[in-house]
Amino acid sequence: MSRRSGLALAAILLAAALPAPASRLFVDDAGRQVTLPDHIGRVYAAGPPASVFVFAIAPDKLIGWTRAFRANEKPWIPEKYADLPELGRLTGRGGTANVEVVLKAKPDLIVDVGSTAATFASLADRVQKQTGIPYILLDGRLAATPQQFERLGDLLGEPRAGRDLAAYWRSRVDPLLAKIATVPHDKRPEVYYARGPQGLVTGLRGSINVEMIDFLGARNVADGEPGGLAQVGFEQVVLWDPPVIVTNDPNFMRDVWRSPAWQSVTAVRKKRVYLSPHLPFGWFDYPPGPNRLVGLMWLAEILYPDLFRFDFAKEITQFHERFYHQAPTAAQVADLLGEKGVSPR
Amino acid sequence: MILDRGRFPLWLAIAVAVLAALAAWSFSVGRFPVAPGDALRVLWSALTGGESGFARNVEAVILQVRAPRLVAAMAVGAALAASGAAYQNLFKNPLVSPDILGVSAGCALGAGLAILYSLPVVAIQAFAFAGGLAAVALVVAIGSWVRGRDPILALILTGVVVGSLFGAGIALVKYLADPYNQLPAITFWLLGSFGGALPADLAVALPLIALGLAPLVLLRWRIDLLALSEDEARSLGLDVARLRLVVIVCATLVTASSVALAGVIGWVGLVIPHAARLLVGAAFARVLPLSLVLGAAFMLAVDTLCRTVAATEIPPGVATAFVGTPVFILLLAATFRR
Repeated sequence: MSRRSGLALAAILLAAALPAPASRLFVDDAGRQVTLPDHIGRVYAAGPPASVFVFAIAPDKLIGWTRAFRANEKPWIPEKYADLPELGRLTGRGGTANVEVVLKAKPDLIVDVGSTAATFASLADRVQKQTGIPYILLDGRLAATPQQFERLGDLLGEPRAGRDLAAYWRSRVDPLLAKIATVPHDKRPEVYYARGPQGLVTGLRGSINVEMIDFLGARNVADGEPGGLAQVGFEQVVLWDPPVIVTNDPNFMRDVWRSPAWQSVTAVRKKRVYLSPHLPFGWFDYPPGPNRLVGLMWLAEILYPDLFRFDFAKEITQFHERFYHQAPTAAQVADLLGEKGVSPR
Repeated sequence: MILDRGRFPLWLAIAVAVLAALAAWSFSVGRFPVAPGDALRVLWSALTGGESGFARNVEAVILQVRAPRLVAAMAVGAALAASGAAYQNLFKNPLVSPDILGVSAGCALGAGLAILYSLPVVAIQAFAFAGGLAAVALVVAIGSWVRGRDPILALILTGVVVGSLFGAGIALVKYLADPYNQLPAITFWLLGSFGGALPADLAVALPLIALGLAPLVLLRWRIDLLALSEDEARSLGLDVARLRLVVIVCATLVTASSVALAGVIGWVGLVIPHAARLLVGAAFARVLPLSLVLGAAFMLAVDTLCRTVAATEIPPGVATAFVGTPVFILLLAATFRR
């Protein structure tokens, strides 16, 4: 038995043994035991992925966002939620939240979804100690997403919403993975993820930024040393010669066609460079939360054009209704798909 | 001094030979495998306008990627070393580097703002360049306003203070940036790289660097005299204040162009002039030419390592310190312990 599951078992036994009607013991994904109040009415999401989770499951319990919405993001979600206050981030990626502001908002629970490494676990401990508010840390990987919907749904007193979202996620993702599993490994496409205005920053093997590529069984060309984001040289990109490039930078998307150097890369010559949409939350890597669901379908169609063909207008509408509580207008959908380089076809 | 003067042509010739050898080596190695002879043949046929007969991607790697990168590394190395030498002479202080008047901080803030507003690469470079010029212009303006009895000290202090103000500006821009997208872009831009240097970038940066270096080279004998006390220099008929301004404008121009092209790279501008001085003595007229060549050679060697060692790049600012410090200590020991 691993240490974590040992702890979990101990926690369950402990929870069963303790007659504590007003509180529950919860073991988070970092193995931390957190005592939670019975009723959770106000939730502070410590980072953007957690915000997306809580907003999808229990929007009325979300007390604010880590960053105020910009003008082009606001129209995508219902006004009363878009106008929630900006509280800042409390995560390890350079916290911006003022603890007093967080306390003043009186959350019953702090939720963070993302890495469960020791850094973040100890950060959670510190914040919990400092504020006296229970702080849970959940694993943010794509594979864990449906379970997290169910767990958070139970925790936040919205078990049906959690289950529905998990079921919807599975109904979209499981068929993708099943179909991709039939593709032999040597037929899996290679992808280069271009970030930054010059397209020369990429996500290395195992980085959260390229998680979707791995998740869909494709091969990230930068699969040497594991790591996070890194700068690469042009020559290395030409050597990798990726057949597909995905980017999140509109400036790179515009410049890549004009640059003679990029013309020697197969993906550019074959016009297979794709720009991931970012409204109201990114489709590809940021924030690394459930907002990536339509992005998964989008990337699957780019990577395996023979296997998939989605009706994106319909998928976007369904996804937004369920996760963002507002169906986009036809004009918004057209805007999303109309930007040059977004459409996989 | 006589000995030094005699050694100067020798050291310059050695440095040029080393630079040439390094350039030939650097040109024939890289992540993309091209036989050394083929690399030169592609270059030759491009220069003579003939058909090389090589695959299109080989040509692209050599002409669009590797050759511009070599040129960029050499130009930036030479530029930083020359402006470092000029400042150390001007301020009569061996601890001075090209960013003493805040040029790098200004460039960094300009670039950071451009990234914050999601502007394209050309605009990022232009903002960086303009930011560097603005920072130094501010320093010079304040410095001449407060000048008093010691204009040099006023200038340096103002430079340090304005530099840290711009540094705070960068920190603020980073804080405001979107942590998933813009913040990494700013961080990587500030770390610097020659990996993105394309012919179009060089077409802008090289003339600016040449424009800044030319007066330094042409006036090197007169700039030499700035190392004297102000009274002595005046008695030799030198317009000290004007010459000082020329040096500052030129050094700022080349440093800002370098930073706009390749990001903030430390170490070179601080240490290469010392290496040159250890070899040929303190006279600026000799230190400058040797610094130009040594700076180019050193930056080229370091960048060649940066781009060949691993699939991902090593930031040149990091590599210069790691490679350069031991070399410099050996040189220092060899000179001082003799």
